Amino acid sequence: MLAWTIYLSFAGALLEAILPKSKPALARGVALAVALAGLLLAVACFAANTWQTRVVLTDVPWVPWMGIRYTLAADGISIVLVLLTGLAAVAGVLFSWNIDLRTNEFFAFYLALIGGVYGVFLSYDLFLLFVFYEIAIVPKYFLIAIWGSTRREYGAMKLALYSFVGSAMVLIGLLGSYALSGGHSTGLVDLGQANLPVHFQMWAFPLVFVGFGILAGMWPFHTWAPTGHVAAPTAASMLLAGVVMKLGAYGCLRVAMGLFPRGMDPWGFSFIGIGSWRDVFAVLAVIGIVYGALVALVQSDFKFVIGYSSVSHMGFVLLGLMTLNQIGVTGAVLQMFSHGVIAGLLFAIVGRIVYERTHTRDLTELEGMYLGKRMPFAAWAFVIAGVASMGLPGFSGFVAELQVLVGSWYAKPWWTAATGVGIVVGVAYTWRALQKAFFSDRLPRPDEHPKTGWPKFDAITWPEATGVGMLLAASLFVGLYPRILLNVIEPAVRTLLAGGVR
Amino acid sequence: MNYGDLFRVTLPETVLEIAALLVLVIDLGLLRKAALKTRAAVAVLLGEVGCGVALLTLQFQAQGGLTYPGSRDVVLAAGGSAAVAQTGLLVLTVLSLFLLIDSTFTRHVGEFVAVTLMAAAGGMLIASAQDLLVIFVGLELLSLGLYILTAFAKQSGKSAEGAMKYYLFGGMSAAFLLFGFSYLYGITGSTNLHRVMLGLYSANAAQAAPLEYLALVMIAAGLGFKVAAVPFHLWAPDAYEGAPAPGAAFIASVSKVASFALLISIGTAAWHVFDGMQGRVTISAEFHAQSGPVYLGFRSAWGELLMVMALVSMVVGNLAALAQTNVRRLLAYSAIAHAGYILLGLAFFSYGPRSGQAILYYVLTYGLTTIGAFGAVAVVERASGNADMDAFLGLSRRNPLLAAVLLVLFLSLAGIPPLVGFWAKFNLFAAVLAVYPAGFGLGLVILALAMSAVSLYYYLQVLKRAYVMPAVDTTALKANPVTLMVLVLIAAGVVALGCFPALLQGWMQSFYAGM
Repeated sequence: MLAWTIYLSFAGALLEAILPKSKPALARGVALAVALAGLLLAVACFAANTWQTRVVLTDVPWVPWMGIRYTLAADGISIVLVLLTGLAAVAGVLFSWNIDLRTNEFFAFYLALIGGVYGVFLSYDLFLLFVFYEIAIVPKYFLIAIWGSTRREYGAMKLALYSFVGSAMVLIGLLGSYALSGGHSTGLVDLGQANLPVHFQMWAFPLVFVGFGILAGMWPFHTWAPTGHVAAPTAASMLLAGVVMKLGAYGCLRVAMGLFPRGMDPWGFSFIGIGSWRDVFAVLAVIGIVYGALVALVQSDFKFVIGYSSVSHMGFVLLGLMTLNQIGVTGAVLQMFSHGVIAGLLFAIVGRIVYERTHTRDLTELEGMYLGKRMPFAAWAFVIAGVASMGLPGFSGFVAELQVLVGSWYAKPWWTAATGVGIVVGVAYTWRALQKAFFSDRLPRPDEHPKTGWPKFDAITWPEATGVGMLLAASLFVGLYPRILLNVIEPAVRTLLAGGVR
Repeated sequence: MNYGDLFRVTLPETVLEIAALLVLVIDLGLLRKAALKTRAAVAVLLGEVGCGVALLTLQFQAQGGLTYPGSRDVVLAAGGSAAVAQTGLLVLTVLSLFLLIDSTFTRHVGEFVAVTLMAAAGGMLIASAQDLLVIFVGLELLSLGLYILTAFAKQSGKSAEGAMKYYLFGGMSAAFLLFGFSYLYGITGSTNLHRVMLGLYSANAAQAAPLEYLALVMIAAGLGFKVAAVPFHLWAPDAYEGAPAPGAAFIASVSKVASFALLISIGTAAWHVFDGMQGRVTISAEFHAQSGPVYLGFRSAWGELLMVMALVSMVVGNLAALAQTNVRRLLAYSAIAHAGYILLGLAFFSYGPRSGQAILYYVLTYGLTTIGAFGAVAVVERASGNADMDAFLGLSRRNPLLAAVLLVLFLSLAGIPPLVGFWAKFNLFAAVLAVYPAGFGLGLVILALAMSAVSLYYYLQVLKRAYVMPAVDTTALKANPVTLMVLVLIAAGVVALGCFPALLQGWMQSFYAGM
């Protein structure tokens, strides 16, 4: 049943493409119905199984002469990310309720992207995974370039090229492992069991890890993320931060670490404490955490703050992966879910609720607008989302980041220490943005004061309220009862760590 | 050999020639007073029927092809990769003829169709030829047709310029090719490809290698011109830009398929395996050996030559395409880049049919895609007078269907799954790596993938204008319904073959099974 999330999304995209242009309401309704159906399917399948082992959904030959099979399967990691995709998809539709320009085309690209994302999380054949991964690139470009804002064509092209370069690197790893394993199969299980030569794994691992890592916002290949997020329309930046960056992290985990585990072995020599690719990427992750937070601290564009905070939070995911221990990797997967929900929420508040009413994202301009009083809903929502993003106990981020930190302490204590700096700065930039945007005590300059009194903002609409409520509830629920996800993530991580993909 | 056998092997070519003459007679005789539209429709229809009949006759070709008298060596092959290439050539000819239906660049539609069919017959001959002389005759038959097709838009200065450049380069490269062939004959004493390879083996043993290298360089120059590989590519942008749309589509697809089919024949006759820098040619001593082939090996520059051409074609083609503002020139440079990818497959050619199949798969699907691309560009060009990138502004609102076709075809050219262009690339590179999964093989595959990341940029430049940027002219863009239907069919084919790649491959393998 879970496979239908993919087919439904693509069918929805096709339907949107042929819908009449003149009926935006119909297009919205169809998109919401499709996204909701996907979420309900995901929830139903999540509840219907204990997910202690891998479940094969479909397995048929696809390209027999090359040994490529159409294999869809899900384990605890996949199902959690499928749930996240469902949530983000529904929330994204709700927050794009105000798209009036070429509405049906917007949702066609949107649903195609969602379908590709579902496909990546569910495919268990490396080739198939790659196909879905690339399917997700093209709609992103058009979503940003057509419906975006600040420097949208630049941001869109940059994102598309970064993604494509990353996927070319992945393709090299795919072709290489296919050729070296004898060219019989591209199934993840078969490749994982193929005993690829260690010298090959030694270069394939960093290549594929960076290839996927680009999309996960790995420093120093993160620069597409802030510009892309800022340029994207709200729903697209929610998806970018919410699920697309997770595609990268998922690829790092499932493909790079799953297929080339020996690539993380020590080199046999060490240079300033770095003795393996694992150390290299862990250091990059720590730099990403601190760097993202520091840069977020000095941004004047509200959306850039969130964009850089995403880089910082994705650093936790990559660091968690590189701990290579049960608790750290579990934390990384949970952090993928948590960041997907919280970043989506932050982008929704900044890009949709605030920007669509104030038409500015400049923090110094927002300072003089009394938004805390004039937009109480947004202020409250941002306060809660902000503390969730900082990692306050009770929200999903806390559980996830704590696990990552514990895991990295086991691996190398100084990773945790350095990361601590990033967390403190994280509190600072969130408070700064919160204070400047909503609770500033700066009096408006005379030229900012409207002559005819402060205009009233449009009331909060039901899709906005529903979307905020849904995402907040998800973060709070997982924060209060993390076992519900941890129970399924842990066995999957244990299997993966025990010996790559088997 | 007798003339009966010859006729039975060249049945499809004969049908094409008869159809060409029939088109001329009917167009110039019966329809002299008719309107241009009617004449175009009748000529195209007759041409299509001719190709269709030729397709049907393919299966009646003599088994095993045509042999020299008193020998088992083959002059013209039938079946196997030759049959696949010939079928592909006919299908692509049919599709490119459709682009003529609503053309206005000439009043001589009958001649255009006749020349197209004759050139296609030349292509068919090349695809099956195993003899240097027959190869040369076929190449000239094809090339002369292409020069005429390029020059066919007589009111256009660009058409004349393109044709002139094409002709001058073509004449020169034909001379190179013939010169190389004559050396080969001098060294080996035979014109049959397999005998030539055997002769080269003996010549190598007798220290005649320098002469052989000279001959191979000459031949590489001649064939490099045909497939538009750098540094023999200079004609391509002008010819692609100047030629009328059906002619350009024909050059970009049919002529490419024929030339690469020839290179596959050469590759099959001499399996060259790259062994570090040791370009090793391995030949089967007896083509039709009953007791299984005997393999002999010697060093040759052929693989190295192809490798160098592949490398510079990929780099120059993709980088030069970045700077283009005219979509036809962009397609020309992208064609050069694609030729580079294919040459990579030829430089690392496998013992079995694997590489040959991968290359045919690539070039056939590339031909299909590029005909569609030229068709779509031609529709826009007609409406706005030129094929500049800015002519595509707002296409998605002026003609959504055409824009969707363009989207599918260009993304396929860029190699985005699940479109067929991606499968072709994957299949080709997997074949290269299967032959040589390290060193140069791996390095060049990595370069090719990096270059296809570059190519996405320029394909997106066109799509960006079609989908993203605001339209200057917002009036609906009308396309001839037949043309549009053909284009939609091509796009649907690209999607379907991409989603079910086993279809085409299964069909191709059915031909190899009988070998």
